[in-house]
Amino acid sequence: MELRAYVVRRVLLLVPVLFGVTLLIFGLLQLFTPIQRASLYISDPKQLANLDQIIERYGLNDPIWKQYWTWLNQVFHGNLGWSKVASMPVDNAIWHFLPSTIEIVLFAAPLIIFGGIYLGSKAAANKDRTVDHVTRVGAIIGWSLPTFWLGLMLLMVFYGFFHGLLPPERLSTSMQLVVTSSGFHQYTHLNTVDAVLNGNIRVLGDALRHLILPVITISVVNIAFIMRLMRSSMLESLGKGYILTARAKGLDERTVVNKHARRNAMIPVLTISGYLLASLASGVVITETIFNYRGLGWLAWQSAVRLDIPTVLGFALFTGVLFVLTNLVVDLLYARIDPRVRLGGQAK
Amino acid sequence: MIDLKFIWYQLRRNPVSLAGIVIVAMFALIALLAPIIAPTPAGQSNAYLIPREGYSPVPQPPSWAHKFGTTQGEYDIYYGVIWGTRSAFKVGLAVIGATLLLGIILGSIAGYFGGIIDEIIMRITDIFLAFPALILAMAVVAALGPSLNSVLIALIIVSWPAYARVVRGDILAIREEDYVEAARGVGASHFRIITRHILPNSIYPVFIMASLDIGAVVLSAAALSFLGLGAPEGYADWGQMIQFSRNWIVGPPGQPLAYWYTVVIPGLFILFFVLGWNLLGDAFRDILDPKLVKR
Repeated sequence: MELRAYVVRRVLLLVPVLFGVTLLIFGLLQLFTPIQRASLYISDPKQLANLDQIIERYGLNDPIWKQYWTWLNQVFHGNLGWSKVASMPVDNAIWHFLPSTIEIVLFAAPLIIFGGIYLGSKAAANKDRTVDHVTRVGAIIGWSLPTFWLGLMLLMVFYGFFHGLLPPERLSTSMQLVVTSSGFHQYTHLNTVDAVLNGNIRVLGDALRHLILPVITISVVNIAFIMRLMRSSMLESLGKGYILTARAKGLDERTVVNKHARRNAMIPVLTISGYLLASLASGVVITETIFNYRGLGWLAWQSAVRLDIPTVLGFALFTGVLFVLTNLVVDLLYARIDPRVRLGGQAK
Repeated sequence: MIDLKFIWYQLRRNPVSLAGIVIVAMFALIALLAPIIAPTPAGQSNAYLIPREGYSPVPQPPSWAHKFGTTQGEYDIYYGVIWGTRSAFKVGLAVIGATLLLGIILGSIAGYFGGIIDEIIMRITDIFLAFPALILAMAVVAALGPSLNSVLIALIIVSWPAYARVVRGDILAIREEDYVEAARGVGASHFRIITRHILPNSIYPVFIMASLDIGAVVLSAAALSFLGLGAPEGYADWGQMIQFSRNWIVGPPGQPLAYWYTVVIPGLFILFFVLGWNLLGDAFRDILDPKLVKR
């Protein structure tokens, strides 16, 4: 069966890419001298006296291929160095800050996908009418908006002008105390989910209030992107023969648009979910920075500004690997949906 | 082959692309006339440094002396955005130029020679494309040490692979053409075949696409600057001016929007700059679409 061959080939191709990803991060690390690199593993200034031992232990004066091997071994054991910013090992820091970021993405992703698909197909179905013009202008402006500026403008209005209606950060201080108290069980570390599980309405309300602006900020650019893609894909789909057939057999326009055209038009939109993830990862850095929302993006920003190299590179490695794996999943799903993909080479 | 007259004709008929042309032309004009419309104070050697009135952190509203007011650190906003236009063009042109050069060289080598060379170059692009662009750029800037040059290098590193791929694809399509075969038959060197026969017949669309990416490049550079990883303090740079405004989005009690000019003005400059290039890019994408029939 071709699908199995495709899966095997695709997974095999993954190995050199993941290998290259680690090599690239290792290469960036080589911009530093052995002493600087040794200090990246230090968590306590007292250890500075034993710098030679650390250089010895991590083999930082070895030939480069041997160093790479030692480093890779460390990475596999989860040792990415010490994060100055988070005051804990980098791998712990990543897991510690991940839930906040997941919380933003959890709300933003459905908004982006459904919003983009809805607006895009709406525009295509009403091509050259007012709806189309308005959404297109909206999309090109949204597409050009600097995310960091949009976030600040939203804060200016909803935090400044409306007297703290939608504040920055992740929770207000009083609610933070509730969340960390012993009576509140943190099942997932996602505040909204935990609040529901604990049946605490006030925490839920507060968490949502803090989520609205970051979610909007990160979504606008991406909605605009998906909308544009969906519009052109839908226009192409509407011109196909099966649409003519559907209309000819007397189906009403709503069924034609929603069932026949939109479903087919969604396939190309699916393929860019990998791109969407990358865009979200970048967006999270900027959004969390603006709103002082302590998640992975905020950690990456803080560590980049404070030159906490292990954290920056650890985060880059983490997103790189995550991104490669997601793309694999997307490709495999796509191949399952659309047989033309897995036949790719031969079918031409 | 590309027909410039046809492109110009298409651009003129389309109001959207016309708006794009006007916006970009205005920015180009601002950049060119910067020394006249925002003269550098006497005695300042580097024109790209924003003059400051003092060291007070509190922004001052627009006045006769400072048309757009001053931002945190009493930097003149008007001077900053005008000369910031120049730095935006500089960053955009430098990054796109270097990216194109790298993309064309590596892409044409991969596409022309094929086989193992192609495989290696394409796997390398895979590795670079495995990272979300902004995050790889951040890592590169942090590793090199934050500065304007690091930002340029980082943006070149994250953007060349996409171009290498496009160029490779175009060259693959043209490699087997009869005239290439003919050139090979009369004994032309690989270099000559690539530069004289293949590139001139395949490169213009990539060239135009790349130049329209200036908006996106400037946006990424501004984002890095905003994160505090770009130009040194006081350098005329839009992203940095937004960063300055971060602490001033909420005014004193009773006047929540008192410092609006620190956020709104530099932001509008970035927005319109990117918008102009995107409008132009959209129009070109339609024109260069091979499905569009020439009449």
